[in-house]
Amino acid sequence: MRIEVSRRQMPSRAFAYLSPAIALALTMVLGAVVFMALGKSPTAALYSYFIEPLTETWSLHELLIKATPLILISVGLSVCYLSNNWNIGAEGQYLMGAVAGSAIPVLMPEFQSFITLPLMLLLAMAGGAAYAAIPAFLKTRFNTNEILTSLMLVYVAQLFVDWLVRGPWRNPQGFSFPGTITFNDYALLPEIFPASGRANFGILFALVAALLVWLMLRKTMKGFEIRVLGQNPRAGRFAGFSAAKMTFFAFLLSGALAGLAGIIEVAGAVQHLNEKLSAGYGFAAIIVVFLGRLNPAGAVVAGLVLALTYLGGEAAQISLQISDKSARVFQGMLLFLVLASDTLIHYRIRFVTSGAAAQEAN
Amino acid sequence: MGMFEAILLTVFAAATPLLLAAIGELVTERSGVLNLGVEGMMIMGAVAGFAFAQITGNPYLGALGGMVAGALFSLLFAFLAITLVTNQVATGLALTILGLGLSGLWGEAFIGVPGVKLTPIVIPLLSDIPLIGRLFFAQDILFYVSIALVFAVSWFLFKTKAGLILRSVGDSHGSAHALGINVARVRYLAVMFGGACAGLGGAHLSLVYTTQWIENMTAGRGWIALALVVFASWRPLRILLGAYLFGAITILQLHIQALNLSDLEFLPAPIYGLMSVLKSIPSQFLSSLPYLATIVVLVLISRNRRLTLINTPAMLGQGFVPDR
Amino acid sequence: MTGGSAATLLEVRGLTKIFGSLKANDSLDLKIGKGEIHALLGENGAGKSTLVKMLYGSLQPSSGEILWKGEPTVIRNPSTARTLGIGMVFQHFSLFESLTVADNIVLSLGAGHTLEQVARDAERLSAEYGLPLKADSHIGDLSVGERQRVEIVRCLLQDPELIILDEPTSVLTPQEAENLFVTLKRLRDEGRSILYISHRLEEVKVMCDRATILRHGRVVGECDPRQETAASLASLMVGSDVAEVRRKAADRAAGEVLLDIRGASLPPATPFSIALKDISMQVRAGEIVGIAGVAGNGQSELFNLVSGEVASRADAISMRGEAIGNLGINERRRKGAAFVPEERLGHGAVPGMTLTDNLLLARHASDTVAFQRLGRLGVIWSDMVTQATKRICDEMDVRKSAENPVASALSGGNLQKFIMGRELDRQPAVLIVNQPTWGVDAGAASRIRQALIDLAASGSAVLVISQDLDEIFEVCDRILVMHDGRIAEAGSAAEATREKIGLLMGGAHTERVADNATETGEGAHAH
Repeated sequence: MRIEVSRRQMPSRAFAYLSPAIALALTMVLGAVVFMALGKSPTAALYSYFIEPLTETWSLHELLIKATPLILISVGLSVCYLSNNWNIGAEGQYLMGAVAGSAIPVLMPEFQSFITLPLMLLLAMAGGAAYAAIPAFLKTRFNTNEILTSLMLVYVAQLFVDWLVRGPWRNPQGFSFPGTITFNDYALLPEIFPASGRANFGILFALVAALLVWLMLRKTMKGFEIRVLGQNPRAGRFAGFSAAKMTFFAFLLSGALAGLAGIIEVAGAVQHLNEKLSAGYGFAAIIVVFLGRLNPAGAVVAGLVLALTYLGGEAAQISLQISDKSARVFQGMLLFLVLASDTLIHYRIRFVTSGAAAQEAN
Repeated sequence: MGMFEAILLTVFAAATPLLLAAIGELVTERSGVLNLGVEGMMIMGAVAGFAFAQITGNPYLGALGGMVAGALFSLLFAFLAITLVTNQVATGLALTILGLGLSGLWGEAFIGVPGVKLTPIVIPLLSDIPLIGRLFFAQDILFYVSIALVFAVSWFLFKTKAGLILRSVGDSHGSAHALGINVARVRYLAVMFGGACAGLGGAHLSLVYTTQWIENMTAGRGWIALALVVFASWRPLRILLGAYLFGAITILQLHIQALNLSDLEFLPAPIYGLMSVLKSIPSQFLSSLPYLATIVVLVLISRNRRLTLINTPAMLGQGFVPDR
Repeated sequence: MTGGSAATLLEVRGLTKIFGSLKANDSLDLKIGKGEIHALLGENGAGKSTLVKMLYGSLQPSSGEILWKGEPTVIRNPSTARTLGIGMVFQHFSLFESLTVADNIVLSLGAGHTLEQVARDAERLSAEYGLPLKADSHIGDLSVGERQRVEIVRCLLQDPELIILDEPTSVLTPQEAENLFVTLKRLRDEGRSILYISHRLEEVKVMCDRATILRHGRVVGECDPRQETAASLASLMVGSDVAEVRRKAADRAAGEVLLDIRGASLPPATPFSIALKDISMQVRAGEIVGIAGVAGNGQSELFNLVSGEVASRADAISMRGEAIGNLGINERRRKGAAFVPEERLGHGAVPGMTLTDNLLLARHASDTVAFQRLGRLGVIWSDMVTQATKRICDEMDVRKSAENPVASALSGGNLQKFIMGRELDRQPAVLIVNQPTWGVDAGAASRIRQALIDLAASGSAVLVISQDLDEIFEVCDRILVMHDGRIAEAGSAAEATREKIGLLMGGAHTERVADNATETGEGAHAH
C-alpha cells in the first residue's frame, strides 16, 4: 500500500479546526499503547494524566502556573513562525529575562517600592528582547541561520545562569545550595486567590498578551505584513515590506514575551533565581505553537493542554510509579501527530494499494 | 605517551561523534532534505547503543544497535517530511524533542550502570610509528569508520551515478521527477543514511567517549553537527576539518578546567601567567566555548552570501508534491 | 483520417485523463506517422501538456490506449518511454542548474554510460547538428537558448524515433528559432518523427506536415497546416473569434516624459542574475514602449530597478521630473506608478492568500485612506477592500469559483486579469508590466492588451517588457531590445523589422545595429 498526497485547491476549513483534535486523540491512543507496553493499565494511566490534575483546586492553580510561561512564549513564537523566523532559542530568552528582572531584588534588596515589580517586569522584557536580538542581528546582517544561533545561545544562557547562582549571586546564607536570596515581598507577583492555591497574576499577563497579538494578527496591517512575509518573501518585497525589519520585530517581540515569562516564573512560583529554572518551557512552547495552529487564541488552549501533561506526568509518577519522563514522550508524540494531521488541511491523502498500480491515476 | 599525544587522543575522541553525525546529515541535505532532528537521532543512538551493549555484552552489537535505532527513528521524520510533506523545520524539531523524551524514559534503568567499552583496535606495526602511530592506528572501530565514511561519501557523491542522482534531487526535485527519478525513494534513503550515521555518532558517546548513559548526554552535539554541514559548505572533506576543530575546542576547554597550576611552575613566567589567567575563568564560560565558537564559525561562513548561495542544495527544506 | 502514406509510429485511441472533477483530456485520438513533423496546437489549458506527459510516462491515462508501432503499450514511466524510443525536450523543469552539461545528460541515460564517454558523444553530436555545446559548463551559466540545446542533445543521444518538443521557440530569438527549424527538418529527413507543441501559428504553418488541434481537452480538428491560413487555424484553436485589439490609427501627440531612466547600472544580485549596464530610456505620456528580448537578459532585474524593489542612485530614475531612484516601491506607487511583475504566483500575488488580501498586497500604501482605519494602528477596513475586489473582478471579468478564492485557485488568465485590474483601478500615471500575457489564454490576453492601450490613450505612460514579439508589435508604439543587461533602440513599431529586432536580441552586432537604431530612433522622435 502506498500513500499519495495531492494539493487541495483551497485549504480545508474543517480540518483546520479538526486537526489538533485528531492529533490529541491519536496521542492518547498511542499513549495508551505505551502504558500497556510499560505494564500499566492504560485507563488508569490516562486518567491520572488527563483527569486527575483537574479534580482538585490546588492542582488547577498549578495548571495555571505551568500554562503561563507556555502561553506567553508560544504567543511570541507564533509571530516568529508565521513570519518565517525560526526562533527556537526561547528557552535562552526566558532565562535571560529572568536574570535581567532578578537583578533588582538580588542586587538592590533594599529597593522596596510599588514600582519594584513593574520595573522588574520591564527589565525582564528588555533582557529577553536583547538576547533575542542577537540571532536577529546575525540573520539580517550576516545571513546566519537563526535556528542554529538561537539554539546555541540557549546553552550559553543555561551556563550563564548556572555561574550566577553558584557564583556572584549566590545567597550567602543558602548553605551550599546554588540560588539567590529569596525576593522581598515587593518583588513578588501577588497570588490571585491565596486561600485556594498559588496561581498568580502572571496568567493575566499571558491572556492579555494572547488577546493583543491575536487582534494584531487578525485585524491590522502589521498582522497582514507578518503573514505575507512568512508565506512569500518576494511578494512581501513587492508589497514594500522589509523582511529584515520583520525579523527584528518578531525576535524582539518573542524575546520580550519569553523574558516576561521568565520573570513571572521567578517572581511568582519560585520566589528566587536558581539553577533549575530551565525547565524546557521554551521548547515545550514550540509544541504549543503548532498545537494552537500558530494562533494566539489556540495557544491559550494548547498551553493549558501542555501544562496538563506536565502535571499529569507528576500525577502518574505518584499514583502509578510511571516515570515523569513519560510526559516528554507525550509532548514529542503530540507535536509529531499535530504536524502529520496538519497535512490534511492542505493536501488530500489517498491510500493506494500496490495491486492497483496500473490504474493508480484513476 | 606524552601529554600532547594524550590531548590529541581525546580531541580525536571528541571529534568522532561530530564527524559521524555531520557526514550523515550532509548526505541528507544534499538530497534537499533539512533534518533538524540530528540531536534526537544521536541521543536515540546513544541509548540504544548502550542498551544493546548491555543486553548482548558485546559493544560491537551495541554500536550496530545504535546505528539501526538512528535509522529507524529517522524514518518517522522521513514519513512526515517526505510522504506527508510537513514543514521540515518543525518536523526536525519534533524528532529532537521526541528523541530526548524517549531516550530519557528508556535510559532511566541505565543511570549509574557501568557501560561496555568499545576497545581500541591496535594495528600491528603501524601503531608503532612514532607520534602518529598511536593516534591513527590504535583507535576504536568507530574512528576508522568515521574517517572512511568521509572519503566514501565524497567518492559516492562526486564519482558515482547514484551520487549524481542524489545531488540532482537536491538541486531540482521537479526536474528529477520529470526524468523519472523516484524523488521520494532517494530522499528516504538519504534521510535513513543520515539517521544511521547520527545513531552511530550517539553510540560512540555512550560506548567510547564516556562509557555510561547520562540523560541528554549529546548536549547539543547534534546541533553542532548541523552547523558543521553549513561550515563545510556541503563538501564532505571539509567536514573533517570542522569536526576536528570543534573536537579541539571541546577538549581544550576541558583541559583548562582540569589544569593543576602547581604542575606548571616549571613553565616560563609569561606562559605560566597566561595559564593562570585561563584557569581563573569560571568553568561555565569555558564550557560555553563550543557553542560560542559554533556561532562565530557560522557567521564567518555565511557572511559570504555568494558562496553560500552557490553551494546550498537549491531544494533544501522544500517538500515535493508531484503535480499534474 | 491518416493523411499521407507514411506508416504510423504512434497512435492514441480514446485517451482520457481525469483530475478530480476535471477532464483534462477527453477521449483523444491521434496518429503520428513515421518521418513527419506533427503539430499539436492549442491554447494554454487545452490539455497539451497532459497528453504529452502521458506519452512520456510521467502521467498514467485514466482510460484509453497508446499504440507504439501498432502494439498496445503501457508507458509506465519516463525511462520506459526512453527505452521505446520516445525523447522529450521540455519547456520547463528539466535541467539541474548546479550540475554540468555532461552530468545532466548522464542522468537521463540508462546504466552503463561513463561521464567521459557521454561528454565526448554530446560534443560530437552537438557539433554535427550545429548546436555547439561544451560538456563541462554548468547549466546555471548558460543562456536559455543554450539550455535548450542541452535538452535537444540529451534527447538525441538516446537515438529516439519520436521527439516531443514543448513550446521550443518561446525562449528563442527569431534567428535561433530558424536554426532550430533547420535542425528539426534534418531530423525528420533522417526518418524520425517529431511532435511539435506550439500555440504559434506562423511557425506551425512553415514547419509542420500535419496538425492536430486541441480545445478544452478534446480534439477539435486535424489538418494540413500548409493548406490553412493563420486565421483559420486560430479560430479552430480558440473556438470563437477573439476580440481584435483596437487602437486608434491616428498618431498620438507625444506627451511629456513621465518615466526617465538615465545611465542606470546594477551589479548582479545573485550568482545567477544579470548585471544591468548603463540603461537609459524615456516613456512619454500616451505612449506604450515595448522591451523585447529573450528571457534572462536582465528583464527581471530592470523591472526590480524600476519598481524600487532594488534601490539605485536617486537621479538614475525620474518620474514626472522628480528623482525617485532611491525611493522604495510604495513611495513610487504614491507618486503614481504601478507595477505588474512577470511571476503572478509568488511575486505579484501570494498563492495561498485570498483575492482581498492580494488586493491589499499592492494597494495598502497607495490607498491607505481607503483601506485602513485608526491611523497608526493600521486596522484593515475589510468592507472597503471587499468592495474594491468585487469592483475589479467585475471590471476585468475575472471568473472564479468562490466569492473570495485564494490566488492559486484561479486560472493563469483570470489571475493576470485580476492583477492587471488591481493596478488599473488606480488609474496609474506610469505602468510597468513584465510579460503581460505569458501563459494566458487568448481571451484574457486580448482583454489585457486592450486595457494597456486604453490606459495609454487616457494619457498614462506604459512600459511593456515582453518575450512575445507578436504582442510587442500589437500594442507598442516604440520598441527597445534588451540583451545581456543592455538596452538598444529598435525604432518605432512601424519602422522596426523582425530581422533587426532578432539581431539585437541575439546581441550579434549590438554595437553596429545599436548605432543605426539610435539614429533612426532619434529621427523618429524629431518627426
